[in-house]
Amino acid sequence: MIEIISKQILKIILLLLAVSVIAFTLVTLSPVDPVQQYLLGAGAVSPAQRVQLEAYWGVNAPPLQRYLNWLCALLRGDLGTSLIYRRPVMDIIAERFSNSFALMMCAWLFTGIFGSVLGCIMGMYKDKMPDRIIKKLCYILCSTPTFWLGLIILLLFSVWLRWFPIGFSTPIGMLNSDVSIWQRLYHLFLPALTLSLVSFGNIALHTRQKLIDVLNSEYILFARARGESDRTLLLRHGLRNTLLPALTLQFASFAELFGGSVLAETIFSYPGLGSAVSAAGLNSDVPLLLGITLFSALFVAIGNLIANILYGIIDPQIGKGAGL
Amino acid sequence: MNQIHRHILFTTIIGALIIMAFLSGKLIPDAAAAVNISQKNLAPSLQHLFGTDWLGRDLFCRTLKGLSTSLTVGVTASLISAVIATLIGIAAAMGSKIIDSLISWLIDLVMGIPHIILLILISFACGRGLKGLLIGIAATHWTSLARLVRAEVLQLRSQQYIAVSRKLGKSNRWILTHHMLPHLFPQILVGVILLFPHAIIHEAAISFLGYGLPPEQPAIGIILSESTKYLSSGVWWPAIFPGLTLIIIVLLVDRLGDHLKLLLNPHTAQEQEDTH
Repeated sequence: MIEIISKQILKIILLLLAVSVIAFTLVTLSPVDPVQQYLLGAGAVSPAQRVQLEAYWGVNAPPLQRYLNWLCALLRGDLGTSLIYRRPVMDIIAERFSNSFALMMCAWLFTGIFGSVLGCIMGMYKDKMPDRIIKKLCYILCSTPTFWLGLIILLLFSVWLRWFPIGFSTPIGMLNSDVSIWQRLYHLFLPALTLSLVSFGNIALHTRQKLIDVLNSEYILFARARGESDRTLLLRHGLRNTLLPALTLQFASFAELFGGSVLAETIFSYPGLGSAVSAAGLNSDVPLLLGITLFSALFVAIGNLIANILYGIIDPQIGKGAGL
Repeated sequence: MNQIHRHILFTTIIGALIIMAFLSGKLIPDAAAAVNISQKNLAPSLQHLFGTDWLGRDLFCRTLKGLSTSLTVGVTASLISAVIATLIGIAAAMGSKIIDSLISWLIDLVMGIPHIILLILISFACGRGLKGLLIGIAATHWTSLARLVRAEVLQLRSQQYIAVSRKLGKSNRWILTHHMLPHLFPQILVGVILLFPHAIIHEAAISFLGYGLPPEQPAIGIILSESTKYLSSGVWWPAIFPGLTLIIIVLLVDRLGDHLKLLLNPHTAQEQEDTH
């Protein structure tokens, strides 16, 4: 087991290295001039100072050398300074990730719980009314763009019903230290709802299929013959066989979760990583863009790692094989 | 009317609907969605089915025009994606072991970065605009289809008629073009159509964030992104109707893909019928 995990971690490091190369190449290709962007916020600068700044940053060095410089700084834990926030990228990521993490985990839990419950209902009532209605709903939600659903939810709950605030993670005009956990949850609810609504369809359909397979098996037939009721069938056999695969699927879906959070956070002006990366790209904030890209890849990789480990635990056949 | 006839009928009707949506967007003159400040922010009525936006532009015409832009971008990007996927999938299945593992690593790599982030990066590299959008969507959507093509070719390679063909002295290329590609074509076609909704949704999302098409272009993402500014003052129609139209098109294309799948691949028809 430990050998497999260390092998996986080595793989992740290699993957992150490749992501850093790709991301760096892409921002190097960009026609945007970073010095010009930096100076936009700094006011009037003489040409001589500009040349000095270019020399200091090493903008004119060959790309490979710049990449190596950046990578060396990265290994020392220095991701550079963000142009829009004028603070170290590391600090911004740390601060914003705690916001995003709270949002994503709430959405993740919602998705998991609702998805499995609805999936079980669909599986138990296969081809009957509840199954058909929920299945249609799942298909429609799967085809709904996250950002549109966010808009509709914002319109419904914040503009028309006025139940929830329009945006941000805390009430306006309050110090961060004064905000209670309930106020945070209150601000978090709508973006989390948006995120979970677009993603629960997958998990529900998966659970449904799994449960139907289980219920068609011979041991269920035998259990029925023994006189077990539907309820005990579901609790004893159904849930055990569907929940763990669903959990692995959930961990493997971190990429979609992160992608969705970019859109949800932008709509609800929620100060997380997602809205930061969108702002970074629009304002040509290269250090922040690179930092968040790497971080998102790490996040996805960790999700996949957990999913792989869970696979090993659930299915001993996979765990013993070196393939993984 | 048997199953096949039903599928053919549905495919034709849905296809015709999508083509109609596309053509009507192309045929509506620019004047119909022109700026008219005296009619700004009007609620939906018989004159303006979807209402008007903050510059008095008719939203129904603008939505249809946006839809045809989305369809063009979606078709182009999915086709490029399909070509990439086919080439890479075949290379992985036919090439050496090293190429195969290299390609599967590449797929892991592309899947390892959230799509939206990769799209933002590529759009940033191309200085935004249509080019970045097309490259971005094409570069992020080929992975699942490539896996499918690879698996399919691997399975085909072990078939007896291919082995016979090889014994008869046919070259790899001959086998590829005469035995494999005709077999792969329907699968790829269905794959493209099922890619297409993702491509449209990602196009709208990235335009919504401000990376895709320029703001003067009518696109669903841009209409929706403009609508957010007026949402809090109770102007709801620019948010709801264009989004609904987009979802309807996405669902239609999805359906088209399903019907085509059943038409082209009778083997899986039975099990597919069950899941839908």
